[in-house]
Amino acid sequence: MANGFIGTPRKVTAHLTQNEALSFEKSSPGKKAYRLPPLDVPEVDPASLLGEAAREDTGVLPELSEIEIIRHFTRLSTWNYAIDLGMYPLGSCTMKYNPRVNEFVSRLEGIAEAHPYQPESLSQGSLAIIRQLQDCLLEITGMDAITLQPAAGAHGEFTGILLARAYHQSKGNPRKHVLIPDSAHGTNPATAAVCGYEVINIKSNAQGGVDVAALEQLVTEETAVLMLTNPSTIGVFEHQIHKIADILHAKGALLYMDGANMNALCGKTRPGDFGVDVMHLNLHKTFSTPHGGGGPGSGPVACKKILEPFLPVPVVEQDGDGVLHFNYDRPDSVGRVRMFYGNFGMFVRALAYILANGPDGLRQTTEDAVLNANYIRKKLEDLYELPYPTPSMHEVVFSDKRQTKNGIKTGDIAKRLIDYGFHPYTTSFPLIVPGALMIEPTESESREELDLFIDAMRQIAREADENPQLILDAPHSTRVSRLDETTAARKPVLRWKAPAASTPLAPDNSPAKEW
Amino acid sequence: MAYPANYRYTREHEWIEVNGSAGTVGITDYAQNSLGDIVFVESPKVGDKVEKGKVFGSVESVKAVSDLFAPVSGTVTAINEELAGSPEKINTDAHTAWIMKIELSDPSEVDSLLSVEDYEKFIKEETGH
Repeated sequence: MANGFIGTPRKVTAHLTQNEALSFEKSSPGKKAYRLPPLDVPEVDPASLLGEAAREDTGVLPELSEIEIIRHFTRLSTWNYAIDLGMYPLGSCTMKYNPRVNEFVSRLEGIAEAHPYQPESLSQGSLAIIRQLQDCLLEITGMDAITLQPAAGAHGEFTGILLARAYHQSKGNPRKHVLIPDSAHGTNPATAAVCGYEVINIKSNAQGGVDVAALEQLVTEETAVLMLTNPSTIGVFEHQIHKIADILHAKGALLYMDGANMNALCGKTRPGDFGVDVMHLNLHKTFSTPHGGGGPGSGPVACKKILEPFLPVPVVEQDGDGVLHFNYDRPDSVGRVRMFYGNFGMFVRALAYILANGPDGLRQTTEDAVLNANYIRKKLEDLYELPYPTPSMHEVVFSDKRQTKNGIKTGDIAKRLIDYGFHPYTTSFPLIVPGALMIEPTESESREELDLFIDAMRQIAREADENPQLILDAPHSTRVSRLDETTAARKPVLRWKAPAASTPLAPDNSPAKEW
Repeated sequence: MAYPANYRYTREHEWIEVNGSAGTVGITDYAQNSLGDIVFVESPKVGDKVEKGKVFGSVESVKAVSDLFAPVSGTVTAINEELAGSPEKINTDAHTAWIMKIELSDPSEVDSLLSVEDYEKFIKEETGH
């Protein structure tokens, strides 16, 4: 495979990783990683307490020693690719570095050990964190009120559209339609449908924005909301956003902003100032909390005053003495959307990030994210087709049009990129670009890392001309090459099943052994 | 793959073969090619009413889920059960792997659909080559 490269992939070399079976397959009966003291309380028959619910067998669990299980997971972890190993240019996902200060703060004892059932009087610090993060996010978005409850972006959308529905309902008519541009994230139409709305698709114009004339025709007294991503998924700022908001507001409809791309706006412009009525943020994108694998996510929803009465309960309020408490007495609320108060650990990290950066730092972050995307664009636009020449914000979308003449599609280029030591970019999205390569470097990447990425992409473009088979067979350097995604989707195997004969059904009551 | 001359087409890439007031509906080769390997077809039920231009089901590929739009209005008389177990039939032969058969409520709606020439011209514009 090393001969396959044209030039040298400076970033990677072959590295030993160990094979690893499933822990179930490595299991041997009776092996333990613990030793229990003798039973010193009366033994109770589970059936006497649980009745029919008591299990008759012990179930199948892997039985391994401590070192074996430690090695198992450590080996698996060496198969991983993570932002701490290198650039992760997944467009739309904003896979930015998660600063260590976030982790440090979230592990402080008083924060890490806080319990949601602690009385309010002992939770003033946690409540202050919630309150301060809310204030920061309101200042950044220019909105009036916020809930931190939603667990991630799509959950935020759902909450936001529930607010819009409750608002319209309070006016006597929940309305029928939600308008969604064809460049939207798939979660937008799903959200609208789950909230009981009919989705009307709006075609993008040649600049990749909303066709304002077409929008004007579509908006009626039955339009509940327009769900807009700004900048759009092709990384283009909607420069007619004011006009769009006016068209909606003239008919009493609301403007929802999918805040997935807030990384391009933070500190530069505010959705609240350009006519947005309700929006969600992704703390795991814009505000550097862990994204993917490490999660959980967090999708706060900010809104204008008109929607505030409908926010989920509870909301944090401050009384005259400066004491913080939860208010559950909000008769117009859409109700609770998440147990307790949301993913609190993420609030701590996001607030740490915001405070560590400060206003200037956040603005610099946005500028660097946009600069990095445009640097990549400039360095690759001679080799990869740019379907929308409109200026890019925080991400750049190419298409595989020039490579398809050699039979190479975006997915193939992405697989080959793995050989060069990079996580692939987002393939085949947004859907309005056939064969999309959606690249979002984020502000985290240095010029040096960007140059390595650009080198890799340029070499792959050359390989596509000179040796397309090399790309079609990629990745060559990974422990497995192309997986059969189709069969996996058509005939999914969702869980491991024990081979019948090897399953010990009787509980193992033999004395504990040390291994 | 050639597009059958006796079919009519939509801009959403469905085809319909009309015989009197009976129609057979599927998706075009262009559609299956853009979707990639199809892994699931969500069909309507026999007896369901479908409305011209409205969603009647969806197809899911390894890349995306795409809505199916009814070329004309009518009542579903049959669905292609074979697709439940073998959705890949659409990839291998999109123009025979039908999804539903319908009884047209207004056969004159067919006149508004694209002819094979119009459709071929339309997909040329879509792909830009």
